[in-house]
Amino acid sequence: MSSSESNAASIRIGVGAGTADDRIHPAVQLAQHGELDYLVFECLAERTVARENLTRSKDPDRGYTPRMLERVEAVLPACLENDVRIVTNMGAANPRGGARAIRRLARDMGAGDISCAVVTGDDVSDLVRTMPALELLETGAPLESILPRMASANAYLGADVVAKALATGARIVITGRVSDPSLFLAPAMHEFGWSYDDWPRLAAGLVAGHLLECSAQVNGGCFADPGKKEVQDLATLGYPFGDIAADGSVTIGKLDINGGRVDLATCTEQLLYEIHDPASYITPDCVVDITDVRLEQVAQDRVAVRGPKGRPRTPTYKVTVGYFDGYIGEGQVSFGGPNAVARAKLGAEVVQARLKERGFSYPELRVDLIGYSSVHGEHPSRPEPYEVRLRIAARTDDRRAAEAVGFETRALHMHGPAGAGGGSDPMIREVLAVQSVLLPRELVAPEISLQGEA
Amino acid sequence: MVRVYDLAHCRAGDKGNTSNISVVAYSEAAWRVLREQLTPERVMAAYGHIAKGPVRRYDLPNLRALNFVIENALGGGVTRSLRQDMHGKSLSSLMLTIELPGHNEETQQASGSPPIVANRNAR
Repeated sequence: MSSSESNAASIRIGVGAGTADDRIHPAVQLAQHGELDYLVFECLAERTVARENLTRSKDPDRGYTPRMLERVEAVLPACLENDVRIVTNMGAANPRGGARAIRRLARDMGAGDISCAVVTGDDVSDLVRTMPALELLETGAPLESILPRMASANAYLGADVVAKALATGARIVITGRVSDPSLFLAPAMHEFGWSYDDWPRLAAGLVAGHLLECSAQVNGGCFADPGKKEVQDLATLGYPFGDIAADGSVTIGKLDINGGRVDLATCTEQLLYEIHDPASYITPDCVVDITDVRLEQVAQDRVAVRGPKGRPRTPTYKVTVGYFDGYIGEGQVSFGGPNAVARAKLGAEVVQARLKERGFSYPELRVDLIGYSSVHGEHPSRPEPYEVRLRIAARTDDRRAAEAVGFETRALHMHGPAGAGGGSDPMIREVLAVQSVLLPRELVAPEISLQGEA
Repeated sequence: MVRVYDLAHCRAGDKGNTSNISVVAYSEAAWRVLREQLTPERVMAAYGHIAKGPVRRYDLPNLRALNFVIENALGGGVTRSLRQDMHGKSLSSLMLTIELPGHNEETQQASGSPPIVANRNAR
């Protein structure tokens, strides 16, 4: 097992997942064939922790990401055989409970006693309840305005605490909310002893993490456009890995057994993914500047990343606050043939009139014609399609009003324009929204606890 | 006129109610055209019917890429949007439909560039 004293010139970090709903098999391939040192699973979207907080409130043993055990069960044999350490934020709202569940699973699999280092301290909900004047970054309103409906508040922790957790020697490090790229920087900090004034290296580790954190999006996912931008064997797309050296050099790659491509085109798209000002990509570890980054194809499916810069981290942690934000009701029904668009639009008018007549009102209601206007909006320059699917979605605090949207849309079958078919069951979604606040660093206290003998 | 589709490839990302869309040039000639012609104003015009804006543009010459940041584009943000595509992942391909003026030698060369194929990069 690696230790902070080791002199490894370079480590290889693979991606096991880039979202809670990511595919599982590519992680197994990487654990088996990737010659990895670390396998990182990033599974927390913005509101995942909020959702899992609810799960935990119903069952104190749960609250980790739903597929966590399925993922660990799939990769554990190869990780043990090849001495690959796992780093993951799949602990979500209950990292300690997640570690207990993983250890139980390992025992059941006959893998023995697996040590887990648990990172906590990201849950700051009790703290922010005492700070109602904190400003919400998205709206400028005080936190107070959503406090009564708050479901969770979690700080994006940095790589420092994850590196310390790795220093315990534990086989698996499990966390709640940690900044996505920091999960990848942490093994490099741990192995190479990088410190918090080592800006180019910290920035390099974070850029590697940024490129890897969305799994297959850097090696050919979200890219193919037949006849224009080809991706070989898209069906066998795998997960990427990054080689990070002690001097901060980074190379992104993929396995030969998988389809996909790692080249300047795919890496450039992913480098800019979810970036706003390229000179100020704020993470809990440093502020990264990718303005001068150069990418170089150093071999087939190997791209070297050079030139990221870093500045000192900000004095605050970003905190995601999850809160209940009413319901979204939705219904869908299809129209085809001559004048389909006009019939669908008439249907939408009828549904709205009936909802109003029943006494329901909605602060926001949206009409989409799927196949015509649902993703890029309606535009006079586009020809009318042969068939469309009418979708009506509306926001409301009243569950009955939400249910009525889908009910009235489906009722177009018999009470609407000609030929309305295939109505969906009414859909009702309870909305867990998120906003953010900033908390001074000194108020947040990340902690590490160990389960099992490391 | 030349379409962005013939000059560049794009990817969209989301953060809150803001969409960022990268525009990565296929060639040096395409890069020159994009840098000159694909202004925030043109992008705002293309997205104006679905986004309030404003639009900011960042240039990354080393990568021959532009990064557009379009605010108020995602119906209130991923977690509460009524949009079908809550993340706005499909918004990248709207960028590709933008037509840019000029049909000079440079753009012809750029738009006539061959499709990039797997594991072979023009740069």
